[in-house]
Amino acid sequence: MRIPCPYCGERGNAEYAYLGDAGVSRPQTPLGAALEGATLDAWMNYVYLRDNPAGAHRELWYHASGCRAWLIVTRNVSTHEILNVEAANGAIRDGRVGAL
Amino acid sequence: MVLPSSHSRAGAVADLRYSILSLVAQSFRGNTAWRPVWREPEPKPAYDVVIVGGGGHGLSTAYYLAKEHGIGSIAVVEKSWIGSGNVGRNTTVIRSNYLDHANIPFYEWSLKLWEGLEQDINYNAMVSQRGVLMLYHSDAQRDALARRGNAMRLNGVDAELLDRDAVRRLVPILDFDNARFPIHGGLLQPRGGTVRHDAVAWGYARAADSRGVDIIQNCEVTGITVENGRAVAVETTRGKLHARKIGLACAGNSSRVAALAGLRLPIESHVLQAYVSEGIKPLVPNVITFGAGHFYISQSDKGGLIFGGDIDGYNSYAQRGSTPMIEDVMEGGVSLIPTLSRLRMLRSWGGIMDMSMDGSPIIDKTPIEGLYLNAGWCIGGFKATPAAGWCFAHTIARDAPHELNAAFRLDRFAAGHLIDERGAGAQPNLQ
Ligand SMILES: Cc1cc2nc3c(=O)[nH]c(=O)nc-3n(C[C@H](O)[C@H](O)[C@H](O)COP(=O)(O)OP(=O)(O)OC[C@H]3O[C@@H](n4cnc5c(N)ncnc54)[C@H](O)[C@@H]3O)c2cc1C
Ligand SMILES: [Zn+2]
Repeated sequence: MRIPCPYCGERGNAEYAYLGDAGVSRPQTPLGAALEGATLDAWMNYVYLRDNPAGAHRELWYHASGCRAWLIVTRNVSTHEILNVEAANGAIRDGRVGAL
Repeated sequence: MVLPSSHSRAGAVADLRYSILSLVAQSFRGNTAWRPVWREPEPKPAYDVVIVGGGGHGLSTAYYLAKEHGIGSIAVVEKSWIGSGNVGRNTTVIRSNYLDHANIPFYEWSLKLWEGLEQDINYNAMVSQRGVLMLYHSDAQRDALARRGNAMRLNGVDAELLDRDAVRRLVPILDFDNARFPIHGGLLQPRGGTVRHDAVAWGYARAADSRGVDIIQNCEVTGITVENGRAVAVETTRGKLHARKIGLACAGNSSRVAALAGLRLPIESHVLQAYVSEGIKPLVPNVITFGAGHFYISQSDKGGLIFGGDIDGYNSYAQRGSTPMIEDVMEGGVSLIPTLSRLRMLRSWGGIMDMSMDGSPIIDKTPIEGLYLNAGWCIGGFKATPAAGWCFAHTIARDAPHELNAAFRLDRFAAGHLIDERGAGAQPNLQ
């Protein structure tokens, strides 16, 4: 599998590290002592639960052996086809990803 | 709702008991009189229990539901053919050399069931207790394995801590004096070993069929009907099957099938690869795991070396892996056994693993009544096949987990009761 980095061009996947689903976002409320209710649910969703779809998946990759940029890669996880790649910092600025 | 006729064994094709006499008699007839060993029934409109997934776990669950709990009307629905999933793709290692108090009794029960399995189901699964040897390469690793061995012994499991000379007598071909990772010794579980994986699927299928279980192949579950918080039926590509209880045993596809009932699981699907070399004379006498990299190896009775390592490390539903992991595993192998570099690799393949977030499995009820879940086996569910089926059957039949699977709860992530023995899970956002 090869991932096109917006800065370095297409590189083998061994150059990258993987962090998983980019769609989950870190809750704003600290968990504190809230071991039930909406806060717990929000943290459960963020820390552990995943949609784990079989088609297109938006996920975070880190170009560790390259430019060290975080990327949001949209990939068909059933065929390994890369559908879209963008730098994660832009998406964070626009509020489209909250995972980092 | 439940059809009484499902008790009868239409066709009863599996009546033949295998024995030396049956083999001789068949061979005198030129092996022309063998018959299919399970039926190919049409799905009925209703069952007591429908199990989704005809892998090792689904088939063993159906068998123990019939055998231990006397449930008369059971179907196993499989989207492809039975054995097409991970039960036919794994590297066949069985063992109970765990450390965590929740895991040891469960995996030991599984090993005990393996020991009696072939008599129980009258099927040769080639259970071979050739021993599983975990190597250590430093003092710290020796201490950790000594602790593991003691935990095993306290639970009545066999374990022997071997020094370097004892390992050398057992497996002389290892690279004992490797400059970076010299071998100092190992922890041996003599009762661990390997089992022929396809025979496990076929043997359980035949045994379940002979107890009246309908095994329905090429039948994909595409929907789960939930009414008033209760699962009442599965929609399939071969029609709707009503059921009083529905058990999911879909290995790498658990998230997708559970989503049909609106559940979201603490699971990611990842690909794990396995590799086989050309056949050679006996070289590797037992199962050996490298302590300085993710690599393990055994030798099949045909002579091929079978080995594996880590998951590729990213979400995947494609049953094939990528080359960096192949390279990584080969490097591990050649560090441990330099002579491997002279061998040709014949094939490699992948299977889709349910990577749970703490690396441990789930055998539990779900928030939906009548819906039960067996999932999250990560890279090590083959060895669990008998006990997972046994415990899942208990959980379904009694509507409560058995003591042996009581820790494998679905709600443990929310409750904070994770199982602290990393079988290598997926990617929880812990930081
Ligand atoms: C390369 C590799 C090496 C491994 N090595 C080992 C090992 O040495 N030791 C060990 O203990 N474990 C090992 N494992 C893990 C082990 O194989 C799995 O944990 C175990 O087989 C999973 O249980 P199963 O047999 O029921 O799964 P499967 O055989 O995968 O059964 C699940 C079934 O569900 C079916 N299914 C999915 N969705 C649907 C649907 N919608 N409708 C109907 N049916 C559906 C699938 O087609 C499949 O047949 C290995 C796995 C792999 C891939
Ligand atoms: Zn880059």
